[in-house]
Formats: sequence, structure tokens, C-alpha cells
Amino acid sequence: MSINWFKYSSPQTFFPLAGKLALGFSVLALLACSVGLYLGFFVAPTDAQQGESYRIIFIHVPAAWMSMFLYVVMAFWAGLGLAFNTRLSGMMASAIAPTGALFTFIALWTGSFWGKPTWGTWWVWDARLTSELILLFLYFGFMALQAAIDDPRRADKAGAVLALVGVVNIPIIYFSVKWWNTLHQGASVSLTRSPSMAATMLTAMLIMTFGFWFYGIAAVLLRARCIMLERERLSDWAAEYAKGTA
Amino acid sequence: MKNIPGIPSLEAVDLQCTRGERTLFDGLGFTLRGGELLRISGANGSGKTSLLRIACGLLEPTRGEVRWAGENIRRLQEEFWRRLVYVGHANAIKDDLTAAENLHVACTLAGVRAQPARIGEALARLGLAGCENLPARVLSQGQRRRVALARLALSDAVPLWILDEPFAALDAAAVERVQDLITEHVSRGAAVILTTHLEARIAATLRIDLEAN
Amino acid sequence: MMAALRCVIYRDLLLAVRRGSDVLTVLLFFVIVVSLFPLGVGPDPTLLRTIAPGVIWVAALLASMLALNRMFASDHADGALEQMLLGATPLGMTVGAKVVAHWLVSGLPLVLISPVLALQFDFPRELLGVLVLSLVLGTPVLSLIGAIGAALTLGLRGAGALLSLLVLPLYVPVLIIGAGAAEAAASGLPGHAQLLLLGALLIFAGAFAPWAAAVALRISVE
Repeated sequence: MSINWFKYSSPQTFFPLAGKLALGFSVLALLACSVGLYLGFFVAPTDAQQGESYRIIFIHVPAAWMSMFLYVVMAFWAGLGLAFNTRLSGMMASAIAPTGALFTFIALWTGSFWGKPTWGTWWVWDARLTSELILLFLYFGFMALQAAIDDPRRADKAGAVLALVGVVNIPIIYFSVKWWNTLHQGASVSLTRSPSMAATMLTAMLIMTFGFWFYGIAAVLLRARCIMLERERLSDWAAEYAKGTA
Repeated sequence: MKNIPGIPSLEAVDLQCTRGERTLFDGLGFTLRGGELLRISGANGSGKTSLLRIACGLLEPTRGEVRWAGENIRRLQEEFWRRLVYVGHANAIKDDLTAAENLHVACTLAGVRAQPARIGEALARLGLAGCENLPARVLSQGQRRRVALARLALSDAVPLWILDEPFAALDAAAVERVQDLITEHVSRGAAVILTTHLEARIAATLRIDLEAN
Repeated sequence: MMAALRCVIYRDLLLAVRRGSDVLTVLLFFVIVVSLFPLGVGPDPTLLRTIAPGVIWVAALLASMLALNRMFASDHADGALEQMLLGATPLGMTVGAKVVAHWLVSGLPLVLISPVLALQFDFPRELLGVLVLSLVLGTPVLSLIGAIGAALTLGLRGAGALLSLLVLPLYVPVLIIGAGAAEAAASGLPGHAQLLLLGALLIFAGAFAPWAAAVALRISVE
């Protein structure tokens, strides 16, 4: 069976598909998150050391994973757009950035909530949290650059260069921050030393990760649809779509 | 005056240029061979500069390609640019450098060897004898344009000249000098593309009118 | 090709010398920022001695960033940049030459004046060598990474602030390792590891940043 990979590479054909996929993934996300949250907040046992407050990791860790994963995916789409000069790839990269930034922010915020009852401070210069903060700046930089450029083609390409430079730098940033952290902190006061995982905890965390992943896909696809409509608004198919839903 | 041996042709194939939301031109093509001059005309904003920049390789067309000796110029990169002189709207003149220094830098960057004597000659050819050691800041608009165009006097071996409004800000005498340079170059077997409002006495082999397109 | 690259460096240096003010502005900014810290945190000598490497490094970073706009902006405005894009030498090398010239004008003066500022903080004399060496290795990396940012934001409104946002996260590793070198030396450990890492970053950045900046320039000039 030969797959026509390029059938969906034009905004016109991808638009309706994106809509259907978004709907499907939204439902899946809702289900997964409900199950995951229920398991995490009601079923998983109380932690011996941290009591109930540890439960925030069921949101914190999946959000952190998604934030990093989405940056790599964004860089991938952006790089594809730069290499093959395809419009849709650039649109996908632009669509991913705000969702990625959102997950980064959630990771930071929930990390803060975890820190307060556990270590007494709202912010800890922990290696992972600090790296997440820098990741947030990288996302903001990408969005700000694209917002500052009027021409969408130049915006896509410039964003792609930035995203690729960023993705290469992320390991360097992470390791240098980790090194800085171990040098400056005597005892390893670390938010990342997660409690030993009971099976239910692990399951809950994995389900939440999938839930966030599905949410991410749905949100990105919906945003991509908006971007497609905006960029292609002078084309026939967009005009017809507008008339159809008017 | 040496002749340039048979130069490859510059081919534009099915060019489309969209700036912002406007499509400036579509389906545009031409073939320019040695010894030919292409003149592009059209009102302001019709896309003349964009077309020249596409022909240079500075701007990527939304569709189509430009070929030199059959190969896409964006793939050839330096190989093509070594055979090209582009004088755009902007003069690329630094105010803090003298006329001679500016010309020397322009030539060195383009890979053209330029001894001081030849630089002096080139500036004199454009009527700037005596201005070599003046900082560009004190030169008039017309004189600065002539410093930018003096490159042409040193580029007799370069097979393709692309000139955007070369006669802008020039007085009649200077226009004559520049027209002579261009005519000489074409008769050497080189190719020239230019845009101008002026009804030049240079016979254009090809004409593209962007408004008619 | 070497002639063209030498020409680019010579031209940029000549312009900086004839302008004059550029070098001084960056230098003065550096000195002022470093002097602000004792005013902000108090003159306690022990505290100042501890924060000296970090303060000098942050100030060098900010001063370096201030000068980045200059790298391509004036060439872009008068059309000289376009000519470089159409030059006979690969653009990556031309950008490399411009970064060298930029560092000589904006980075090297900072390095040269840093010992004086460190002494203001009563930083131990024996450790000055490590601090200066870390700056010698680190400030070119800042210029190289900054070149990418400068190329991407060429001609945009609000380019200065946007450039900072783009470039500062990428500067973080250089800052950590650079300041870490002198701090390690201050705690009695040799700062060799950090200096070697800085050297590695310099080679890595030197190999890749000019090409990334060249790609970004072509995108921005379109």
C-alpha cells in the first residue's frame, strides 16, 4: 500500500483532517486526564515522607516532560519547513509554541506549589526548575520573534533558525545548570528527588502524561487551523469555509 | 578592450513574486545571453527591484527559479556571485571611509583585484578625480552614486551586471559616462540588466514592462 | 579569500576607530554596571569578594549584548550588507570576520579593564589570571552567539529588547561556566575544568554560529 504522504501537506486538505483529529484527541485527553487525576489524587497512597502535598507531581512531572518534548517537536517542524520550504510545517511550529510555553509555565507553577510545603520556599534554584525557567524564555523568544516579523514567510524561517539553535543548546543549558546546581548546593535539596514510586503512582503519572499529550495535540491542531485560516484568508477554500460557517 | 568569452545565459523560469499579500508578477520568464541588455520598466512599486533581487539571488521567488548555465543560482551561490556585479538602490558607501577606500573595499569583497592606481583611474572615469581621499560624508548624493558606480569601471571581466536605477541622482554628464560604460560592456559580449525611468539612448535587446504583465 | 576577510576586519576596525564613540560607550557601560553592585548590596568586603566573578561576568554579558545591534545594523542600512551577501567569499566566513572585528572592538576592551574592576572588589591578585582567561575565552562566544540573534532581529522594530530575550537564555551556559572558573579558583580548586569547557564552547560556537548567522542574514535581508 503506497501512502501518499503529500496529500495532507497543503493547508487546504489538512484543514478538515485537523478538525476531526482535534475533536478525537480532545475526547481522549479528557478521559485520560480524568482517570489520571482520579488515580493520582484519590487512589495513590499517601507518601511516607511528604504526605499529601506530593500529589502535585502528577501534574508537575507530565507537564515538564511535555514542555521539553514539545520544544523538540516544534524544532522538528520548523526545521522541516526551513529545509523543504513547506508552508504547513511552519504553521505547525508556530501553533506548537504557545502550548509548549503553557506546559512550561504549569511545570514551573506546580513546582513552586510543591516547594512551599516541602521545603518552605516558593522557589528553589533546583537544576530542573531553573532549566524549565530558561526553556520558558526560549519559548517566549520564539513567539516574540515571530510576532515582531510581519512577513509570515520570514517569520517562519527566522523562527526555525532560532528553534534549531535552541534545540541544540538545550542539552548544553541543562548540563551547565545541573553542574551549577551541584556546585552551589551542599546537601542535595532537590525537588527532583521524587518519592519512591508505588505502582499506582507510576501508572497515574503515565496516564496523565498521555492525557497532556493528547491535549497538546488537540490544542496544537486547533491553533494550527486558526493560523491556516488567517494566512490563507485570501484563498478560495478559506472564503468558502467562512461562508459555510457564517 | 578585451572580449568576454562566450558567457552562459541567465534564464528566468516561471517567476512569481508575492510581497505581503500582493502578487507583483506571475509566470514571468526571460533568457539573457551575452551581448544583450535587458531593460525592466514599470511604475514605482510594480516589482522592478524585487525582480532584480530575484535575478541576483537575494530574494527567493514564491515560485519558479533563475538559472545560470542551466543551474539554479541559489544552489550555485558564490560561483554565480563571482560572475555578478549588483548595484542596487543603496550605494553601500560608508560615510566614514574615503571614496578610494570605499571602492577598494567593494572590489575586494567581490573578489576583484584593485590596485590604488586602477582605483584612481576608475574614480576619474566617473568624473571624481581629486575626490579619492575625501570622506564620503562630504560628497554630494550624485558623487556618492558615482563612487558606487565606479565599481563598474573595474568590473570589465565580470560577465553579468545588474543595475537598479543606475542613473538616479546623476547629472547629464555623469549619465553619459555611465551609459558609455554600459554600452562598452555589452559590446564586449557581457550581459546587463537594468531598470531606469530615463529614456536611455542604450538600445535594449530585451524589454520587460512589469505593468503590462 | 583571505584578502577579503582581512579587508572586512580592517574595514570594521577602521570604522570603529573613526567613529570612536562605540568602543567607549560599551566600556563605560561595563564599568558603571560593575560599580552599581556594591551600591546595591553594600560595601561588605567579604560579600563583594564572593560575588566579584559573577558580577563582572554579568556586566560583561550585558555590555556585550548592548553592542550586538551594531554588528549588522549599519551595514544593512546603507546596503553594504547586501554586497557581502553577494560577495565572492562564503557568507559564513564573512560573518566570522565581522564577529572577530566586533569582539576586538566590544569584547577585548572589557577583558583588558576587568582586572582593574576586580581589584575594586578586592578579588585576590593571584586569581585574576583565571578571571581574565575566562573572559578571554568567553566573550568571543558571546559575540558569536549574539551574531545569530543580531542577524535574526535585523531591521525589526524593538530589535534591541527582542535581541536580549533571544540571546540571554543561550548565554546562560557561558555565564555559568565562565563565572564558575573564577569562583572555583577562589574556593581553592583549579579552574581548569571550566576553562577547558569554555574553550570547547568557543570552538563549537566558532564552527557553527557563523553559518547559522549567515542563514539568518539571508532570511532577514529577503
